[in-house]
Amino acid sequence: MKDISWPGVALHVISGKGGTGKTTVAAAMSLALAHQGKRTLLMEVEDRQGIAQLFDTPPLPYEERKIAVAPGGGEVWALALNAQEALLDYLDSFYNLRRAGSALRRMGAVDFATTIAPGLRDVLLTGKACEVVRRIDKRAPNAYSAVVLDAPPTGRIARFLNVNSEVSGLAKVGPIRNHADLVMSVISSPRTAVHLVTLLEEMPVQETVDGITELRAANLPVGGIFVNMTRPPMLTSEQLHEARTGTLPSKDIEHALKEVGLADRSSALVTALMREANDHALRVDLEARESERIVELGLPTFFLPLLSEGIDLGGLYQLANLLREGGVR
Amino acid sequence: MKLNAPVLDIDELLRDMSITIIVCTGAGGVGKTTTAAALALRAAEQGRDVCVLTIDPAKRLAQAMGLSVLDNTPRKVDGVTGPGGKGSLYAMMLDMKRTFDEVVEGHADPERAQAILDNPFYQALSSSFAGTQEYMAMEKLGQLRAQANAEDGWDLIIVDTPPSRSALDFLDAPERLGSFLDGRFIRILTAPARGAGRGIGKLAAFSFGLFTNVLNKILGSQVLADVGSFVAAIDTTFGGFRERADATYTLLQDAGTSFVVIAAPERDALREAAFFVERLKSDAMPLAGLVLNRVQADNDPELSAEQATASAERLEKLGADERLTAALLRLHADRRRIYTRQLHLAERFTAAHPGVAATTVPALPEDVNDLAGLRAIGELLARKRELKSRSK
Repeated sequence: MKDISWPGVALHVISGKGGTGKTTVAAAMSLALAHQGKRTLLMEVEDRQGIAQLFDTPPLPYEERKIAVAPGGGEVWALALNAQEALLDYLDSFYNLRRAGSALRRMGAVDFATTIAPGLRDVLLTGKACEVVRRIDKRAPNAYSAVVLDAPPTGRIARFLNVNSEVSGLAKVGPIRNHADLVMSVISSPRTAVHLVTLLEEMPVQETVDGITELRAANLPVGGIFVNMTRPPMLTSEQLHEARTGTLPSKDIEHALKEVGLADRSSALVTALMREANDHALRVDLEARESERIVELGLPTFFLPLLSEGIDLGGLYQLANLLREGGVR
Repeated sequence: MKLNAPVLDIDELLRDMSITIIVCTGAGGVGKTTTAAALALRAAEQGRDVCVLTIDPAKRLAQAMGLSVLDNTPRKVDGVTGPGGKGSLYAMMLDMKRTFDEVVEGHADPERAQAILDNPFYQALSSSFAGTQEYMAMEKLGQLRAQANAEDGWDLIIVDTPPSRSALDFLDAPERLGSFLDGRFIRILTAPARGAGRGIGKLAAFSFGLFTNVLNKILGSQVLADVGSFVAAIDTTFGGFRERADATYTLLQDAGTSFVVIAAPERDALREAAFFVERLKSDAMPLAGLVLNRVQADNDPELSAEQATASAERLEKLGADERLTAALLRLHADRRRIYTRQLHLAERFTAAHPGVAATTVPALPEDVNDLAGLRAIGELLARKRELKSRSK
């Protein structure tokens, strides 16, 4: 890993194809950035309660609360956003309409508003993220050192973030338009970085390449690439070559197995081990090919290993450490 | 993977002539589209006349099926045929906006249709609305089904579902959108001539007034005006969005429909699958079973991760000559650990949903991007050997 950091970035947006581990990477990022007494906020926008599941806590309300402690005394806070609450929040802070808001909610009116104006939903969600970021400028007591947003998948990310064009068909003037401009002034600035999570497989890599083109076309700041669940080669290149071509010395392997008391099933085992090695070699080749396509993009890239035990809290800390070592600051 | 579940017999499902619709559903990124395409190819090569409706296929998968043009009509896939020349495969990609436009054009006279198509609210609705893709997938399914019933039509339609946040969206979004558009709310709000909220009580009328006010304030009055003229334009032309959605929903409850739920052996994907299976049950929708994709290759011999690691350690002590075998054993141990974790996750699902038939497809070292690859997936889907319930 190259030494990379994003010292000026206050908002880290994490996107990626479904199934690549966006939420895991976002959580690991929030831990890594909270190192040494810092305080970060991890936000989700998809009503999935993915953060709560990952950190093994009860479902999160629309409220910032502490969910983890980072090495060195830092803290990770979390917030599960939803459009309804964000609209009420917005009405409250801009029009003092909190009380009217609850009447509107009872009528299902909030649902209605976010339904007839789908762009509104995104503006409200990204708007909330920007509000948190702007606390830093205001030196507010509840400011965080960084905000990590577990965002919608690559296919929808540019549209989600590009709220300006989303509301342009909707509202040419007026408060929501101004709100969108304010949001854009944070999101398209160097204070934001949009990171993409991928696997070393053809489809996710293709989506990453397309996603970057789309983000750039929309003038959104592309950050880095997180290559997740990589399987580093477990054989030497010579062994991989033999595994690929089916020329591993089966006699030697059988002999070695006998030496460690696996004689009774050694021949079945030899066949199986050779097949596994072949599989592994093909996988290594595929990862090398896809890795090359990622490197060609010339962006800061992090490689995170597949944890064979799965992702639990311990695994998250492990990934956060790797990110620290890779230079995430 | 040796699952403790009844076997999902894919070939039996594909052979069953009473099944005319198969819906493939599941969380994003689990291989829905590839599975749908592989099932369709296998069915066609077994002699059925199949149409597969894909939503958002990867470029190369689309190319594999000859889908280079996106024109919202099924195209014949060349070179696919079954025994004795029977069987064929048609494939299409859903164009959500085009489908919506066609619904409008098909139900309104040209002048009125144009007015609707030009309406800014309609344009937002048909291209970026949450739920529109699901609604249009349902709509298209209804259309294909009508075409299938005509002479020489398909006898099997396989549908892929949109990459939604939740697999349940496919079932819920059309109904949500339908009732929203047909709802009293939208009508009262957008028909000021009738008097906002007349006859709904003073308090509610007050709230409506407040709401319209707020909405105008934050969105600008143009938005409500556009919604109003859109609603007025569609009012007389087509018989209710909700009715259309209901009709397709009923189709999904039909005995001729079968759902295949797709998951990967990961917590999130299996949880989505569980939600979906429960929902199908409560809505009396026919479930064929679960396809568990991308499982760690399961034909490894019974050598545990611990045993393999211990043997590798002993070999490493013996010296340089044995390094290869030690490395192979470590590789095996690693795969075995992944396998064990996946099996554990899968067993949580099968224990909670006994009786749900299942089949597994191993993780392939490479991506699928031609018909041969799809055919190979079809083979794997249909194999039954690995799936015998574990005897106690």
